[in-house]
Amino acid sequence: MLIGLWLSKNDNQVRGVMVTGATALLGLAIYLVFAFLEMRETMPADQYPMLFTYSAPWFKALNIEYAIGVDGISVVMILLSAIIVFTGTFASWQMEPMKKEYFLWFVLLSSGVFGFFISVDLFTMFMFYEVALIPMYLLIGVWGTGPKEYAAMKLTLMLMGGSALLIIGILGIYYFSGATTMNINEIAEMANIPVEVQKIFFPFLFIGFGILGALFPFHTWSPDGHASAPTAVSMLHAGVLMKLGGYGCFRIAMYLLPGALDTWAPVFLVLTTISVVYGALSACVQTDLKYINAYSSVSHCGMVLFALLMMTQTAITGAVLQMLSHGLMTALFFAVIGMIYHRAGTRDVRYLGGLMKVVPFLSVGYVVAGLANLGLPGFSGFVAEMTIFVGSFQNADTFHRVCTIVACTSIVITAVYILRVVGKILYQKIPNQEFYKLHDATWDERVAVIGLIACVAGLGMFPLWADEVINGAVAPVINHISQLAVAGL
Amino acid sequence: MVPEVTLTLLLVIAFIADFCSAKHTLRKWFNPLMFVLMLAHVLVNLGPTEAATTFGGMYITGPSIGVIKSILAFGTLIVLIQAREWLSREDTAFKEGEFYMLVFSTLLGMNMMVSANHFLLFFLGLEMASVPMACLVAFDKYRHNSAEAGAKFILTATFSSGVMLFGISFLYGAAGTLYFDDVAAVMTTSPLTIMGLVFFFSGLGFKISLVPFHFWTADSYQGAPTTVTGYLSVVSKGAAAFTLCAILMKVFAPVVEYWQYLLYIVIVLSITVANLFAIRQTDLKRFMAFSSISQAGYIMLAVVGNSAMSVTALSFYVLIYVAANMAVFSIISAVEEHNGGTVDMNSYDGLYKTNPRLSFLMTLALFSLGGIPPFAGMFSKFFVFMAAVKGTDVTATSGALAYGVVFVALVNTVVSLYYYLLIVKAMYIKRNDNPLPTFTSSVNTKLALALCIAGIVAFGVCSGVYEWIDTASLM
Repeated sequence: MLIGLWLSKNDNQVRGVMVTGATALLGLAIYLVFAFLEMRETMPADQYPMLFTYSAPWFKALNIEYAIGVDGISVVMILLSAIIVFTGTFASWQMEPMKKEYFLWFVLLSSGVFGFFISVDLFTMFMFYEVALIPMYLLIGVWGTGPKEYAAMKLTLMLMGGSALLIIGILGIYYFSGATTMNINEIAEMANIPVEVQKIFFPFLFIGFGILGALFPFHTWSPDGHASAPTAVSMLHAGVLMKLGGYGCFRIAMYLLPGALDTWAPVFLVLTTISVVYGALSACVQTDLKYINAYSSVSHCGMVLFALLMMTQTAITGAVLQMLSHGLMTALFFAVIGMIYHRAGTRDVRYLGGLMKVVPFLSVGYVVAGLANLGLPGFSGFVAEMTIFVGSFQNADTFHRVCTIVACTSIVITAVYILRVVGKILYQKIPNQEFYKLHDATWDERVAVIGLIACVAGLGMFPLWADEVINGAVAPVINHISQLAVAGL
Repeated sequence: MVPEVTLTLLLVIAFIADFCSAKHTLRKWFNPLMFVLMLAHVLVNLGPTEAATTFGGMYITGPSIGVIKSILAFGTLIVLIQAREWLSREDTAFKEGEFYMLVFSTLLGMNMMVSANHFLLFFLGLEMASVPMACLVAFDKYRHNSAEAGAKFILTATFSSGVMLFGISFLYGAAGTLYFDDVAAVMTTSPLTIMGLVFFFSGLGFKISLVPFHFWTADSYQGAPTTVTGYLSVVSKGAAAFTLCAILMKVFAPVVEYWQYLLYIVIVLSITVANLFAIRQTDLKRFMAFSSISQAGYIMLAVVGNSAMSVTALSFYVLIYVAANMAVFSIISAVEEHNGGTVDMNSYDGLYKTNPRLSFLMTLALFSLGGIPPFAGMFSKFFVFMAAVKGTDVTATSGALAYGVVFVALVNTVVSLYYYLLIVKAMYIKRNDNPLPTFTSSVNTKLALALCIAGIVAFGVCSGVYEWIDTASLM
């Protein structure tokens, strides 16, 4: 269906084609959202199944199908990816050596991401997951900055290690569900995986996806990778790729293995709480702008996993909102940082200052991203974090509440590192005479930044529509999980 | 019997053609002739094979055997295409005919080995496959270390044959017969049989170059002419692996617990040790030798599952491996020709700047070997893993072991990805002030690469290939 369109533009070779492709993609994604909402109206109110499903047998003997379909969560994820691909195209307008190859890998990466979000077959999903990973190596290795070879290798190997865990988990699910299908929905309906087996495979899947979602202590690839990657790749990576982790944890690990949640959720809850707070604290002591933002991503993505494990409907809706919001604002962050770096030649907080005077447009972009990041009402970050913490606090027992309170402190810490950096680099005296010569954003950069700011603010002002889209999809899954978990299967 | 007959015909034609033509000038028509004949052989035997027996039940054939023979023939076809450039060199041109005769006779030997239903016939096939192979390895006898490699190969080959014969004699002592079916029927778990199994396994382990029987591999691969290395690492290994799989599952079915444990150990060792050694190599052919040892471990992983799917997954893996590995060797040999005969990894630094297409194809082939989708290698690896844990219960010890072995193998795919990426890194990222100049590859290299790359791209995504093998092995 839609994937055909996305894949077919793989032969993009020049900017023009790339822009057309990205615009078409964005248009299609927006159309998809509306079509999805319209179609959902026709469904009974209390159940929202996967829509636009399509499946074709692929490897019959192994029950592998090319099966796709979307629900509320994947729809917003696709929208997010389309926005970021669109703005990322503009942000990498001036990519110099080997432009053609750059965009080729870039598009391959994005088609992997889209494929992942629409797949409902374990094998197909896994395949797209890996398709999304491997272009990263070349994108960072060839076009990156700093210790790029090291970062690219570290990132690739750690994420591939994650996928090694995933294969084990997928094989376990496949064989113990009765081995007649790889379709996620069908496996969930059959729900006949023995609890002991679920307990064995749950950590494999959760950690496997958790690595991508920067779960402590498997997050170390993320700062290095983000810091070395070229701007648009950082955007796509932090904005979308890390969401693959959260999405996978939810859709595969928790949805298919609900029986293991009792045992494992507390363990992972502690890890994600550490992620949230540790990421924020680490961001405080970094001096490289990209590192600051990368650790902030660790903290925010940790919050996504944290909210998922809280298992209340509000919290999970918040998690999806957070994925959306973090995707947008972190993309904005990386875009602006990339542009500043491109001009000033440094990302080190210690050597930057007074940028508000020389590059006001970019500086405002940075401030907006920062405010959204620390959860100022009116921007998307507030909506998402508010929902998450309210949802988390609905869990009545002490353990969950303590975790919530600890995780809440990250909001304060976030404010500390954001405001420190904003004050330092934007408002202090200009330390370097060279900076007076800097010119402000060019038109292509403005398109990227304004587009992202509009989305961040839009989501902050009008969160209800997104909430509605997501909620419908979360409810049936939650019911499914809680039924099985209570029944003790 | 058709493949054997056509192969024998090919052998005779090669002999006559070589005998009847003048040898002192370069015979431009020779390679195309052989190519066309081989292509005919592949096409004739592509159809489904009926199950049949002959020579009083010593020789059997069937659908899955037909498939593996086709795969082997396909691999050999690519070898023949590749060989042209190397064979038209001055010091090898005069013995071009011999090369084809040797290749055909080894292939014939492998076909016999695959089709055997009797230990003696199996042994005969094995010898027929390995003795001419030694000549092939030492083909460049005045160059490189080819002669040394040949000597090493023949010594280990005969030694392993001896070990295997020793094992077979144990089995004969225990069963009183050498027919596969009869041996299986009276097999017990007596120490004599188990010793027979171990010796037999070690003998074949040498051929497949599993750790700890792998010591000859690196030297022979490095010394042999690149084309022959490709042949050795793919076709010869594939045939031996398939035979081992068939014999383990058919003859040693009563002692399945024993050989499963044996395989667990050998697989974990092969994959891990070879990967660790591969990381440190700077000579690309040695590097590929260690890579192929670890690939052998993955191939044997399919056998662990001991089900019909094992045969399918193994054959499929071999097919994909043929395509990917032959692509790598085609490129190695093309670069070698333009680089004064060295295969050092440094010569790949900055290759993308000067030869973008070749580097891109190399990247695809390496990604396929490393198991990156959407290339075929990922599919074959995934299916092998599926086959390995099929039907096991993870809560029981044996099942947990199977999952454990798969886990080790998976972790090793990450290690292997690391060293495959080293080459990619050399080509794309490393700067080189003096990279290899731009060159145009010969028609033959292009043809061989086109076939391989088509295989890498299509065999995985098109499920028809897998189903073709699957229906054959289920029959």
